[in-house]
Amino acid sequence: MNASNKPVNQKAWFLILPVLVCVAFSAILPLMTVVNYSVQDIISPERRVFVGTEWFAAIMRDEELHGALWRQLKFSFAVLALEIPLGILLALSMPAQGWKSSLALVVVSLSLLIPWNVVGTIWQIFGRTDIGLMGAALQGMGIEYSYTGNALHAWLTVLLMDVWHWTPLVALLGYAGLRSIPDAYYQAASIDGASKFDVFRYVQLPKMRGVLMIAVLLRFMDSFMIYTEPFVLTGGGPGNSTTFLSQFLTQKAVGQFDLGPAAAFSLIYFLIILLMCFILYNWMQRVGTQTKEVGHA
Amino acid sequence: MHKPKFQKRSLFMLAYVVFALLPIYWMINMSFKTNNEIVAGFSLLPNHFTWDNYKTILSDVAWYSGYINSLIYVGINTVISLCVALPAAYAFSRYSFLGDKHVFFWLLTNRMTPPAVFLLPFFQLYTSVGLMDTHIAVALAHLLFNVPLAVWILEGFMSGIPREIDETAYIDGYTFPRFFIRIFIPLIKAGVGVAAFFCFMFSWVELLLARTLTSVNAKPIAATMTRTVSAAGMDWATLAAAGVLTIVPGAIVIWFVRNYIAKGFAMGRV
Repeated sequence: MNASNKPVNQKAWFLILPVLVCVAFSAILPLMTVVNYSVQDIISPERRVFVGTEWFAAIMRDEELHGALWRQLKFSFAVLALEIPLGILLALSMPAQGWKSSLALVVVSLSLLIPWNVVGTIWQIFGRTDIGLMGAALQGMGIEYSYTGNALHAWLTVLLMDVWHWTPLVALLGYAGLRSIPDAYYQAASIDGASKFDVFRYVQLPKMRGVLMIAVLLRFMDSFMIYTEPFVLTGGGPGNSTTFLSQFLTQKAVGQFDLGPAAAFSLIYFLIILLMCFILYNWMQRVGTQTKEVGHA
Repeated sequence: MHKPKFQKRSLFMLAYVVFALLPIYWMINMSFKTNNEIVAGFSLLPNHFTWDNYKTILSDVAWYSGYINSLIYVGINTVISLCVALPAAYAFSRYSFLGDKHVFFWLLTNRMTPPAVFLLPFFQLYTSVGLMDTHIAVALAHLLFNVPLAVWILEGFMSGIPREIDETAYIDGYTFPRFFIRIFIPLIKAGVGVAAFFCFMFSWVELLLARTLTSVNAKPIAATMTRTVSAAGMDWATLAAAGVLTIVPGAIVIWFVRNYIAKGFAMGRV
């Protein structure tokens, strides 16, 4: 959204009113409930004690949580570092027109359309050394592969699963962005004698900026909240090597029924995501404008 | 100089397609085997080809009602998402008003709430309004992450349409609703297609909320599948067949919107 020269019209509020009603119904009431939990010690539904910020203070010192947060950050960073370049490369490689492009679009999108627990199940079987293709293949190459026994293997399998599952999102958005570039840009570039890389750097990449921003933010948010797939695949193990934040949180909230601390934690969790998205959003907008200036110079 | 580059890219594309399809191939392969054969050992093709797993699913109410339930709430969700997101996206793309940027960012933040702890409040909220175990409940809950995304995508498409078109229509005597439905929506048909695809996709694959808000009457297919996993003795074959069938509706939807994605985004957020 760039509010360069749009007319001011306060009545526009009426147009966004339906959205506000819909989202507020599902957003504000649950959020308020969580805030309410976070300041109480809930011993039983009838017995609650107000404890103020005690849970927040306790959460901040929780060593296990620091571990989960650190694992989460590493995982999300790895996800972005792999999926964004791979997705861009894929978008550049997809055929531009004809039946091949239709086919490529359908094949690439398939993994996005599988329910998340099914994704976990597929990889659970796929990675087994006795009956799974990948597990058996790795075994055949002489690698002692075991996603249930080896922490590194488990982590890499979850990462590979995420790359398989979500790179298509980046590719689809990037592909759509690429198709929007008018031919005139490429002609101008070839007259200037631009190399392939120059075309990518000064024409394609800046033009994909908008869609890539959506892709980066979506991938960041969703990978930071990843739950179902690793839960089905590894159950957080071995040890706690693939216990990411949301699973840690669920163990607290559901497993130990510590609603107070879990609520306090989920608020902090939410604020972390918010802050990171805000930083990413602003950073990408700055990078984009600088690119444009270089492009003009 | 042009040629070899192109071939390198085709090669990469081919490699990716193989990578993308291998896990799916393995699931399809398993869905045509019997349980005994799956557990007995490794084979690239089913030795005793069977349709039984699919027959089980298509003849058992407990299984196929899951697909119907999922399709119903996903359909309701997609329609509501688009209906409320269209006018809002128009407002964001055409006018500036008090707090517009803040509202836009607030909408996006709704995609960032970690679900785990929010499940209980959701459960309480929908119980108190008497919507538990209905398709509407899941559809409404999924609005939380689909509406912001639909607004975001549609706003991009709408910003690509020159404002002169609106002004000309108003001069010609069109009222806003008539202009919006007759002229504007057909112009951003592609955007509507893309937004619909994303709404469909995210609602179809979501499990936690859908499972929490339903028990019997509106139980989604993904939840039906988790019950099989926890049952004594894994029914891998049926599970694989059910998994294959979950891909089908989505694959049909993507086939219909493929041209919109290919050409449509042309006017989109770029």
